[in-house]
Amino acid sequence: MAKLLIRNGRVIDPANRIDRVADVLLANGIVRGVGENLPSRGAEEFDATGLIVAPGFIDMHVHLREPGFESSETIESGSKAAAAGGFTSVCCMPNTSPVNDTAHLTRYIIERAKQVAKVNVFPIGAITKGSAGEELASIGAMQAAGTVAISDDGRPVMNSRVMRRAMEIAASFDIPVIDHCEDLNLSAGGDMHEGLASLRYGLRGIPACSEDVMVARDILLAEVTGARFHVAHLSTTNAIAMVAEAKRRGLRVTCEVTPHHFAIHDLEITPYDSNYKMKPPIRCSHDVAAMIEGIKAGYIDAIATDHAPHSVTDKMQEFERCPFGILGLETAIGLSLECLVHPGHITIERMIELFTTGPAGILKLNRGALTPGLPADVTLLDLESKWTYDVNKSASKSRNSPFDGKVFRGRAVGTIVSGELIWQA
Amino acid sequence: MTKGLLDIEALDRAEIESLLTRAVDFQPLQTQRDKRLDLLDGRLVVNLFFEASTRTRISFEIAAKRLGADAISISAQGSSVSKGETLLDTVSTLSAMKPDAIVMRHAASGAPHFLARHLPTIPIINAGDGQHEHPTQALLDARTILDNRASLEGLRVAIIGDILHSRVARSNIHLLSKFGVDIVLCGPAPLVPQDLKHIAPGVSITHDIKQALRDTDIIMMLRVQLERQNETNFPAGEYSRFYGLRAENLALAKPDAIVMHPGPMNRGREISTEVADSSRSVILSQVENGIAVRMAVLERVLQ
Repeated sequence: MAKLLIRNGRVIDPANRIDRVADVLLANGIVRGVGENLPSRGAEEFDATGLIVAPGFIDMHVHLREPGFESSETIESGSKAAAAGGFTSVCCMPNTSPVNDTAHLTRYIIERAKQVAKVNVFPIGAITKGSAGEELASIGAMQAAGTVAISDDGRPVMNSRVMRRAMEIAASFDIPVIDHCEDLNLSAGGDMHEGLASLRYGLRGIPACSEDVMVARDILLAEVTGARFHVAHLSTTNAIAMVAEAKRRGLRVTCEVTPHHFAIHDLEITPYDSNYKMKPPIRCSHDVAAMIEGIKAGYIDAIATDHAPHSVTDKMQEFERCPFGILGLETAIGLSLECLVHPGHITIERMIELFTTGPAGILKLNRGALTPGLPADVTLLDLESKWTYDVNKSASKSRNSPFDGKVFRGRAVGTIVSGELIWQA
Repeated sequence: MTKGLLDIEALDRAEIESLLTRAVDFQPLQTQRDKRLDLLDGRLVVNLFFEASTRTRISFEIAAKRLGADAISISAQGSSVSKGETLLDTVSTLSAMKPDAIVMRHAASGAPHFLARHLPTIPIINAGDGQHEHPTQALLDARTILDNRASLEGLRVAIIGDILHSRVARSNIHLLSKFGVDIVLCGPAPLVPQDLKHIAPGVSITHDIKQALRDTDIIMMLRVQLERQNETNFPAGEYSRFYGLRAENLALAKPDAIVMHPGPMNRGREISTEVADSSRSVILSQVENGIAVRMAVLERVLQ
């Protein structure tokens, strides 16, 4: 499709401070313009009356599982799930098998995505070889190959000296360091948030302080090194307070939260249902409130899903034995609308910002806006349509979601990548 | 879902009272020459023990047999579990053999709940799941208390030891709380988290054993889980000094206070031999009551 004219939608483009009914013209894969009554000039027209036309949503934290764990997800299936969730771009974490810790593997993921992915795929490279936390990976080479950030996600970098060196090098390449902040000595053996619910169910707890101490350490190291440090899936009250303080002090610290961390608390989970097992764990109501307050106050820079597919076989085990992680791509917008926008905590503009300019800015993706000349990625939203999430109809290869059967109000109804409508509800 | 017994927390007070009352009917059997009833004649109970246990497994076996049921016991060692079969597959296979109930012990908290959700047609009786609950232990403990006291109401019960890791403690807390018992939890701070006082009404916490014992009617000692001592929860060598029950601190409790222990005991660690073997100890009564209570539970589940 060479030209697409999206007519009469409510265009919300936070980067350009646009919020009005207008047309959006896309041509040859780039945004041509936003305005009233744009001439079609041979473009195919899409009537977006009653819909919101937003820049393409970016999920800066997903697990596509390829290579190595294709029974759970592939680049193709994960990208289809992204499209069905309204995302035009995803950033995939390196904890594949082998770990994406080389330029060679980064290039493989990019090439594979070009062949099979519905959406844009940006690899994140490992901080250390094999994400083992000991020897630094080839950060510069990976960045040259297309890596947009480095992270050992799934694991923290426990060795503070190694993290310091990684930040020094990352700073010199101006590539962000994303840390999975968890002190493994404090969280060892834990299965869910340490609190009243874990005591009641007899499950070993993951204390909030296991996250806090690593966020604190990393902020201190970011200050020493001048690195751009990004907290992955932040989930605790103290962690957000520390990020807020770091921002006040002018440090280059950013953070993301996942929808499940602002949607449910530990006393709401179905006991022993492995679909509620993830890291960081679902925290207590106090932390959930802090996530929402952090979003309202502007301390949180992005919403990311931490989409973590696991096969039914892997998840169908005793809670203590099954792996951590849940699907996220197809429920993120519904949860964000339900928990943030509909109750009036934030505006829809702010929500769009958290899915577009927020992650784009952290990763320097040159996307996330409807600025003429940028890639023609667009997400179409219907804020009112009621729908029920049926995990068995998910585009993902996995089925591990605690939100199966949940009724939502509002969703993505169209996903446009490079000017092509690749998914429609 | 078929009625099994997964935990005490979900049982209401009337159900507990019914089980405790029925257990009384079975108590005299222990001393009779003919110990067998045929209330469950022809029924099959599978005891599935994924975690080592002797007293609980045998107690359930005896209870089933005394009711006339057939009882088969399977342990994880040497079974298909040790060959990598999943819990769900193991129990699915067993369920195809049509047992009338499965008694399960498992090292993972919630394992019986997991199975009950996926195999809703077979009643599952929890014989201890990880650190979560051990419902029949709490019932036999309550039966033992009631053999020595007129009622549970108004009692002060001290539970002393590693509460955090204890399924026995959790079940007892839930049961006793439903009867308005004043429950005092005591042990080293890492093993008795403050949030525990919110787990049920009537629970308080102290880290001072003297305070816990003072004016107490019932003392429940818990086993020091030696296998967890490498977690540096508390220096093992100091445990006995600060949290061991000895004759001198037992004197702080009411004169007729009874001493309980779910076993196996670490003599000289959480309890002195002098106390364990004293007239105040009802530890062997607990074991004896285990059979009567489990008969009541099996009858409730299978009839």
